[in-house]
Amino acid sequence: MHHIISVTVENKFGVLSRIAGLFAGRGYNIGSLAVGPTEKEDISTIVLTVSGDDKIIEQVIKQLNRLIDVIKVVDLTEKEIVKRELLLIKISAEHTTKRSELFQICEVFKSKIVGITNKNVIIELSGAPAKIDAFINIMRPYGILEVSRTGLIALAR
Amino acid sequence: MTKLTGAQILIKVLKQEGVELVFGYPGGVLIPIYDALYDADIRHILPRHEQGGAHAADGYARATGKVGVCIGTSGPGATNLVTGIATAYMDSVPLVAITGQVQTSLIGGDAFQEVDITGITRPITKHNYLVKDVNDLQRILKEAFHIARTGRPGPVLVDIPKDVSVAVGIYNSKLSDNIEIRGYKPNYKGHIGQIKKAVELINKAKQPIIYAGGGVKISGATKELYELAKTINAPVALTLMALGSFPPDDKLYLGMLGMHGTYYANMSINHSDLIIAIGARFDDRVTGKLEEFAPNAQIIHIDIDPAAISKNVKVDIPIVGDVKTVLTDMLNYVKEKEHKEWLKQIDVWKKQQPLTYNQTESGPLKPQYIIEEIYNLTKGEAIIATEVGQHQMWTAQYYKFTNPRHFISSGGLGTMGFGLPASMGAQLGCPDKRVICIAGDGSLQMNIQELATIREHNIPVIIALLNNSYLGMVRQWQELFFKKRYMATDLVKNPNFTKIANAYDIKALKITKKSEVVPAIKEALKNKEPYLLDFIINREENVFPMVPAGAAVSNMILGGEN
Ligand SMILES: Cc1ncc(C[n+]2csc(CCOP(=O)(O)OP(=O)(O)O)c2C)c(N)n1
Ligand SMILES: [Mg+2]
Repeated sequence: MHHIISVTVENKFGVLSRIAGLFAGRGYNIGSLAVGPTEKEDISTIVLTVSGDDKIIEQVIKQLNRLIDVIKVVDLTEKEIVKRELLLIKISAEHTTKRSELFQICEVFKSKIVGITNKNVIIELSGAPAKIDAFINIMRPYGILEVSRTGLIALAR
Repeated sequence: MTKLTGAQILIKVLKQEGVELVFGYPGGVLIPIYDALYDADIRHILPRHEQGGAHAADGYARATGKVGVCIGTSGPGATNLVTGIATAYMDSVPLVAITGQVQTSLIGGDAFQEVDITGITRPITKHNYLVKDVNDLQRILKEAFHIARTGRPGPVLVDIPKDVSVAVGIYNSKLSDNIEIRGYKPNYKGHIGQIKKAVELINKAKQPIIYAGGGVKISGATKELYELAKTINAPVALTLMALGSFPPDDKLYLGMLGMHGTYYANMSINHSDLIIAIGARFDDRVTGKLEEFAPNAQIIHIDIDPAAISKNVKVDIPIVGDVKTVLTDMLNYVKEKEHKEWLKQIDVWKKQQPLTYNQTESGPLKPQYIIEEIYNLTKGEAIIATEVGQHQMWTAQYYKFTNPRHFISSGGLGTMGFGLPASMGAQLGCPDKRVICIAGDGSLQMNIQELATIREHNIPVIIALLNNSYLGMVRQWQELFFKKRYMATDLVKNPNFTKIANAYDIKALKITKKSEVVPAIKEALKNKEPYLLDFIINREENVFPMVPAGAAVSNMILGGEN
């Protein structure tokens, strides 16, 4: 099962490598990982998604807690949470005929056109990962040139 | 608040932390630190290889319970420490490793003798630091000692760039010893609710067994372990790391369990209905094939490291806490038990398959006999450090340890080359004890250069070399599981070890016959000086019983006469 784990860490160099190294060294699979500052200057939050059975997830959490620079680990999976991910996607727009169709879809998804040239369109979308996945799928026929996703971030209610 | 150089701050903190002895090897970036050591009243021991220094600091820590300190220069000096750090990490030994680093402005540029030692040691340290500002140095060093010795102990590395040791920074002589690290709060006190639940299981159990590991030694809980076992009349099996934690002559004692454990320890754990695991971690060398390990047993697991619990086996009652603290609480609730039937069954197993060997008057020397004589002549009071291999297992089986800090051996990593330098460190930490290094001929050659250190400081360790001219443990596997195809294990071209010792100005004797064994050991014990005893043993002697790797512990090869 997919778990969403929020890790509060010291904002020090090398912390990310400790966490990434822990996963690599013990053979856990990171689905996504998002790092960012918090309201406190010396603390960062890392939200990561991991898949594995209960035993693996239990070990992941315990091993994270063992790191000295990790202040708190919370498994958000079973909690009521708000999940968001940010997507930037570049679509080929050489067939100008299709542009209006594209714009309509964007409207349905409440996404934003954030860049436009003769050759391509860059669209921004935020939402839960399922929505992002669905949007990417719908965009496929139009010719996806590039995709950039932030990875999941989440907060418990 | 005083202003001191980084190097001086290092010395100040070492003194404050009670460090009396460091094992270090100098180099370019370390010269400022060595210059400060020149004036310090801290004893400095120069090993002849940084690995030796790390193992010596480790042996010192294991024997004394204090934090061991080793120092290496940037680049190769630091990488030479790596095996020693990993060895300490696997056995939860408190160690502070100081490395020199190239100056901060050069870091990342592949400078001469630059390695990313914090990156390299990240998975084998409890924590590590790269000091970038001299004003952080005092706090970082204090944290390093605090982290190394508290909770589940372990090695901490502090990487100090050259400019940081030269720079002048603030030293606060009033800095509190109460270190607060918000991400590090080891839990000592066990949850009382969990302890009561455990006691319920203990009171109900018909065939309980105590499986105790190195945590008992680290926590200093041998007395509590004894009281628990006696109150509930449960047999006690120890891991390699715990040997000496329970009186070896007690009728509840089962000896070591696991791959080369006793028949009766393995039979008992496999037939038990309750395992009380104390400061142990269900290592694969103990459990054998997990699916068939103790099929009918419920498990209580006491450990200070939450991550050690339910890592390998599913635990019914986890108790996170310091072993001594938890056992003390537990003793308030447990009831007296007899377990007559169970202990009778165990007695039958003990009688069926005791540890045996046969030393004839004129036949080849048996290593087991030598170890028993060492035991007799030291009255079981020596500190024994071992290398890794068959000789290590025979020592575990035949030397009856009564103090867990008297057996010093690399269990988790199984590092050949550990024993000789570790014995050196143990002897320096415990000058009033006799220290004997029981070595194999393969392992001894991995850090044999430390004979020079031993000579220089007249460290009176006795090296009892069980010389089979084989990488015996690997040869044993090749014999039993690979049709005797002895690939790369024959060491017949070994050097003359007595001559090597003599070349270092260390006395040595070669022993080939039974009648020579006792006189030789006596001779070595006579004076407090280093000595090497080269015992030429039966070459193809095997360690039995043996649970083949990956097999169930009930599938022991018992061996018999060989
Ligand atoms: C550094 C290292 N390399 C390889 C091994 C694998 N190994 C384990 S025991 C052993 C043989 C040890 O030979 P020796 O020291 O002569 O001891 P014996 O088994 O003969 O008593 C080897 C090669 C190891 N444990 N450590
Ligand atoms: Mg050998």
